[in-house]
Amino acid sequence: MNVAVLLKQTPDTESVIRIASDGKSVVTDDLKWVVNPYDEFAVEAALRLKEKHGGSVTVISCGPQRVVESIRTALAMGADTGVLIDDPALEGSDSLGVAMALAAAVKEINPDVVLCGSRAVDYDMAQRGPMVAELLGWPHLAMAVSMESDGKTVTIDRPIEGGKVVLESSLPAVVTFGGSHAVWNPRYASLPGIMKAKKKPLAVKKLADLGVDGSQAGTARVTMTSLEMPVARAAGKVIDGGLDTAGKATELVRALHEEAKVI
Amino acid sequence: MDFQLSDEQRMIKETVYKWSVNELAPIQEKIDAEDWFPPDFFRKCAEIGILGITMGEQYGGLDGDVLMQTLAIEEMSRICPALAMSYGAHSNLCANNIHKNANEALKKKYLPPLIAGEKIGALGLTEPNAGSDAMSLRTRAVKRKDKYILTGTKMFITNGPMADTILVYAKTAPEKGAKGISAFIVEKDFPGYSVARKLNKCGMRGSPTGELIFEECEVPQENLVGEENNGVNVMTSGLDIERIVLAGGSVGMARQALDYSIRYSVEREQFGQAIAKFEMIQQKLADMFARTEAARLLVYRAADAARKASRGGKGTELTRLAAAAILFAAETATWVCDQAIQIHGGYGYCLEFPVQKLWRDAKLYEIGAGTSEIRRMIIAREITAEAFARKNAR
Repeated sequence: MNVAVLLKQTPDTESVIRIASDGKSVVTDDLKWVVNPYDEFAVEAALRLKEKHGGSVTVISCGPQRVVESIRTALAMGADTGVLIDDPALEGSDSLGVAMALAAAVKEINPDVVLCGSRAVDYDMAQRGPMVAELLGWPHLAMAVSMESDGKTVTIDRPIEGGKVVLESSLPAVVTFGGSHAVWNPRYASLPGIMKAKKKPLAVKKLADLGVDGSQAGTARVTMTSLEMPVARAAGKVIDGGLDTAGKATELVRALHEEAKVI
Repeated sequence: MDFQLSDEQRMIKETVYKWSVNELAPIQEKIDAEDWFPPDFFRKCAEIGILGITMGEQYGGLDGDVLMQTLAIEEMSRICPALAMSYGAHSNLCANNIHKNANEALKKKYLPPLIAGEKIGALGLTEPNAGSDAMSLRTRAVKRKDKYILTGTKMFITNGPMADTILVYAKTAPEKGAKGISAFIVEKDFPGYSVARKLNKCGMRGSPTGELIFEECEVPQENLVGEENNGVNVMTSGLDIERIVLAGGSVGMARQALDYSIRYSVEREQFGQAIAKFEMIQQKLADMFARTEAARLLVYRAADAARKASRGGKGTELTRLAAAAILFAAETATWVCDQAIQIHGGYGYCLEFPVQKLWRDAKLYEIGAGTSEIRRMIIAREITAEAFARKNAR
């Protein structure tokens, strides 16, 4: 079974994010970059499919040269090959442009299934999976927290309000992953895996290599017009003042009524 | 000069840190409070493949370099210095010395289970009356038919109480002094071997340290490592590497104590502002940073020299660099941890804050693997040797 994983490199979730002076982009100078955690779940799911059915796992990513690091991390976890689409035309493009590039790379590989995170932890667009599925004309199973495949069909679980839904689809298909680190428990890149990762093939391609029209994929239809930080929260108030329990309760009620005006 | 880690080195560093945060941080308090060694530790180490970094692939190792192992110990020491030390004693002091010095048959027999985490390794050099003066060790090995019979006591042995495979130094020819020492591999089931006691330490708790007894212990002659009476070469060639990788532990602890101090001094407010705004705290933070970075560079430099050097020991650049690296890194770590406690004030002295643990843990590396005093003696001996030789030739 051949699996393609769409992988995005995002800032480390621990990063301190600063908005650039243009008010609509982020300062990327000192950021630490990691594999988008939801895509890491997809890598783990792909490796489990490979362990069960054999075949290979290809990691496909869009972005500048620094993304190679994240692809190598997936290779160190056990993926077999990598493809990086590094084309200046994609700078300033939008989700659809990236999806066009990714879909073209998927077509070249012709996998049985495409896996990726349901969202990326940077801009939370949640568009890449569905758009790639649409461009390929393949079914899309969204936000999986578990996945099984017999090689002909793929089945996923997705939690819904008050229960779960089980979805099944024929292959080929696109599956996007939800859940959490605790649900997927993605494996560590083992040290032997790290030593082998550099010897695994990693192709760097331009849009033209994939037969994608740069002027089309590179044109943003959706643009980001502004970015804002959450409003800073005022410090909380601690009721103390040497009061007994009843006194504290009275003071709390007074504060909620007169200051917060919520009761 | 290239100060960049290779891709592999960087990924090893990141993986070991992530692994330590996920696997060791949640049990860290129990390890310290109860002096508890998690029984699945070495099996978990084997899962990510860190036990055989410097050893050959044919034994399950990685064929990696000394800096990779130094980075692994540094990152693990940020989270759990005690287990990082146990890891170092197992993977470097025991397994790597066997890898460097033993014949093929011994390597084939002992290395794969050590690297797979199925057996636990230790190294037995120090004795109750032979610490800094290691060459004065008294454990005897007498050849009797096809066996060596070992008699003596080993002290302060990291992993000793739980070790399956112990690399032991003993005198085969006491009259020859340092040139009468040999190295042996002892299994814990050999008749005459026993663990006298587990020692109760103020730091590095969770890493079992013990006293080992050899009472007419029968060791098959094929378990001799290297040549008879050549143990001192096994010892000194390994000591340089041991000092470098353990120095990584000191760098990791210093880094962590600095991180805690930065966070605390920005959060903590006194006299109406963050204490990090006060110049006396700023001076501490700046000096802690500068010394930690200097220690790291010296340790990495020594690790890089170890990759290139064909041998270490007396008269080599590697020996003086390794001694300088652990001398400076260990004293930096204790100094940085001491400053960190001062920045944390009363909280720093309380057991519920983690800085005091680093403070207790850090002290070990000024004592273990040669004291600071011995390291200074070595450095001074090495850097004056040439001038003395020239003087004597006049």
